[in-house]
Amino acid sequence: MTTATAPGAWARFLDGDVWHSFRSSPVAIGAALVAAVCIFCALFANWVAPHNPFDLATLELADARLPPAWDVGGSAKYMLGTDDQGRDILSALMYGARISLLVGIASVALSVVVGVGLGLLSGFVGGKTDAFIMRVCDVMLSFPSILIALLIDGVGRAMFPNAHDTLAFAVLVLAIALPGWVQYARTVRGSTLVERNKEYVQAARVVGVAPLRIMSRHVLPNVMGPVLVLATIQVATAILTEATLSFLGVGVPPTQPSLGTLIRVGNDFLFSGEWWITIFPGLMLVLIALSVNLLGDWLRDALNPRLR
Amino acid sequence: MNAFKPALFAAALAFGLGIAHGATLRVANQGDATSMDPHSLNESLQLSVTGNVYEPLVGRDRKLGLAPALATKWAQTSPTVWRFDLRRNVRFHDGTPFTADDVLFTFTRAAGDGSDMKGYTSAIKQVRKVDDFTIEIETATPFPILPDVISLVYIMSKKWCEENKAEKPVDRRKGIENAASFRANGTGPYRIKERQPTTRTTFVRNGNYWDKVDGNVDEVIFTPIGNDATRVAAMLSGEIDMMEPVPLQDVERLKANANINVMQGPELRTIFLGMDQKRDELQFSNVKGKNPFKDKRVRQAFYQAIDIETIKTRVMRNAATPTALMVAPGIKGFVPEMNKRLPHDADAAKKLLAEAGYPNGFEVGMNCPNDRYVNDGEICQAVAANLARIGVKVNLQAESKATYFPKILRRDTSFYLLGWTPGTYDAHNALSNLMATPTDKGQGQFNLGSYSNAKLDELTLKIQSETDQPKRNAMIAEAFKLHADDIGHIPLHQQALAWAMKKNVSLVQLADNFMPYKYIVVK
Repeated sequence: MTTATAPGAWARFLDGDVWHSFRSSPVAIGAALVAAVCIFCALFANWVAPHNPFDLATLELADARLPPAWDVGGSAKYMLGTDDQGRDILSALMYGARISLLVGIASVALSVVVGVGLGLLSGFVGGKTDAFIMRVCDVMLSFPSILIALLIDGVGRAMFPNAHDTLAFAVLVLAIALPGWVQYARTVRGSTLVERNKEYVQAARVVGVAPLRIMSRHVLPNVMGPVLVLATIQVATAILTEATLSFLGVGVPPTQPSLGTLIRVGNDFLFSGEWWITIFPGLMLVLIALSVNLLGDWLRDALNPRLR
Repeated sequence: MNAFKPALFAAALAFGLGIAHGATLRVANQGDATSMDPHSLNESLQLSVTGNVYEPLVGRDRKLGLAPALATKWAQTSPTVWRFDLRRNVRFHDGTPFTADDVLFTFTRAAGDGSDMKGYTSAIKQVRKVDDFTIEIETATPFPILPDVISLVYIMSKKWCEENKAEKPVDRRKGIENAASFRANGTGPYRIKERQPTTRTTFVRNGNYWDKVDGNVDEVIFTPIGNDATRVAAMLSGEIDMMEPVPLQDVERLKANANINVMQGPELRTIFLGMDQKRDELQFSNVKGKNPFKDKRVRQAFYQAIDIETIKTRVMRNAATPTALMVAPGIKGFVPEMNKRLPHDADAAKKLLAEAGYPNGFEVGMNCPNDRYVNDGEICQAVAANLARIGVKVNLQAESKATYFPKILRRDTSFYLLGWTPGTYDAHNALSNLMATPTDKGQGQFNLGSYSNAKLDELTLKIQSETDQPKRNAMIAEAFKLHADDIGHIPLHQQALAWAMKKNVSLVQLADNFMPYKYIVVK
């Protein structure tokens, strides 16, 4: 059955409103292109990057702090120059973007799973469960998310002082995901409240479908639209949060720099004229966050029936 | 822009002149003194900061020579006994008169549990009160350099410590804090007005100070600013009056500013790497059942893997002098002809590792501060990259000294970076603190990898009591030779001092990187 519907779905997508709206929006096409290039470089950094910045044995300290190739004293070997340890900035960007994207997507995935699950439960069951979950949300919202992330990271560091580097990614993803689920829970709850009184849900009830199945097979697909939009935008926020944490020195281990770490390292050299160490990672971060955000905006408009 | 500069400068001058009496000085450092307790950490910054509040019996003058402080006269009455005449009419900040009892109390405290100053008291057998203003210090063996050795043992008030339950030193290794960490009651030219750890410490002039003070600074606000760029920005914007150290990459930038002076000079501090040579199995390594650092070939491989010249030119921007010895030129007993490093040779290092049974290298954890020495974190990263070339994977833990020092002083480390300035400006200090086998009396208190050579221990004791200079120097050279042949530590370099200050601030830059506020004049 799936083999029969898959090409049909693809054809339907190509024929549908969403694809049409995408093709007629230059901003969306541009953003998608930039995002695609960033993701491609990040995914295939091992093959695309001219150097491996994580392999300490290949670092040439004598080449430290070289300017970009076009600048005086630059070398064609290092297109965008090198940092204070002789790391190729271009390669570091690609590897750094991989960590940033990985942490961003993983933490959003985690918060979507938790948030959608709780939101659905809250909206569908209602009553005390609803009240409890929503009050937890209110409490979570009263803390700045960066503070919660710092707290989790700090506790993780204190609990596993020696194993922290290996656990750093897990802790970081958790630290960013935990404050993030609230938004999904609230959005999904709102949509669920609307959906659960509609005829198709009542029909399913009358037929005797189990509540869990109604939630997952009937309500869930109808509330996922806004979640997709929110998730796309949240990926950009999560990447920025990761960069902030790494900039503050608590994120990923320094031997595997993410974009935030690269910016922090470069920050020390801003006054001395070695601008490339911090500017390029900064630009890369802006590019990724901006393209993902623009895509999210476009998706919101495309999925909004009132704007069609 | 240029048109504004003279005006700004004039305004700055006028402002400076306006506050010449009762000047406030805002000082920034890359890190904070971890405690105000003068016996809790034998670290230059902490002793420099607390040295404005507390005083030793015998201090240092502007040329680092011995100078009377709380003792007015000192002399040997026998080879093992020194007699000190104490200064009269000195009062602690709380008004209590200073007497011999405070000296006795201080030496008990500094030699007792939790003290980090045991290295300076280890030779002392007994401190005796002769009368209220005379004491005698008896040593186990003849000890001609005793006044030098105790010049960093700051005198505390017995009464104040007892009243504040601070009889024992603050011990960060065990997480023990007490009142002496946050408040202070010394006899020095400044008193602490406010102490907010890692944020701000404010000092005010002690109006009842016994001595004339050359400087004119009435209030000092000491602020730790860890981030290099932020510290430089604060200096450029005029938010602070002086800073130390100047990040090497920003020396030129600050020099170019018409309102700022940069003072650079050689420092007596030697930066080196230490390795755990005592445990049968390293705490942080993938080699199980044995300790690779017990093998001299491994230590030599590490030594020869390090490309110190490139670290000097790239990481230190030439503001460092590579060294083969654990002490700097300018320290008594320095042996110029022995200051030759083993050559940097990655292939030889690899071969040595293979001979020692690690053809594919191994993993080892490394501890490093990132806010204590000039570019300390960067040096460690460069060392890690050097070692990666010979197959050694370094798991680098670079952290603030607030967590780094307690950890390595507990000896919870396999491989670490440390810097040391002999507090007595004498090679004996480095031998007895860094190279002698650790004892509970205070010998080898900073020999954190427990390097041990019985012959060197014996020489160290002999050097301590030898008065004949040529003989003494020969023994020092012999001890250094033993240590170098064993590769007990891996010396790296002596860093250079770099201080920046506004043009209206004049001061004395001491080669031990101490900053006595009493010498500072703000015009």
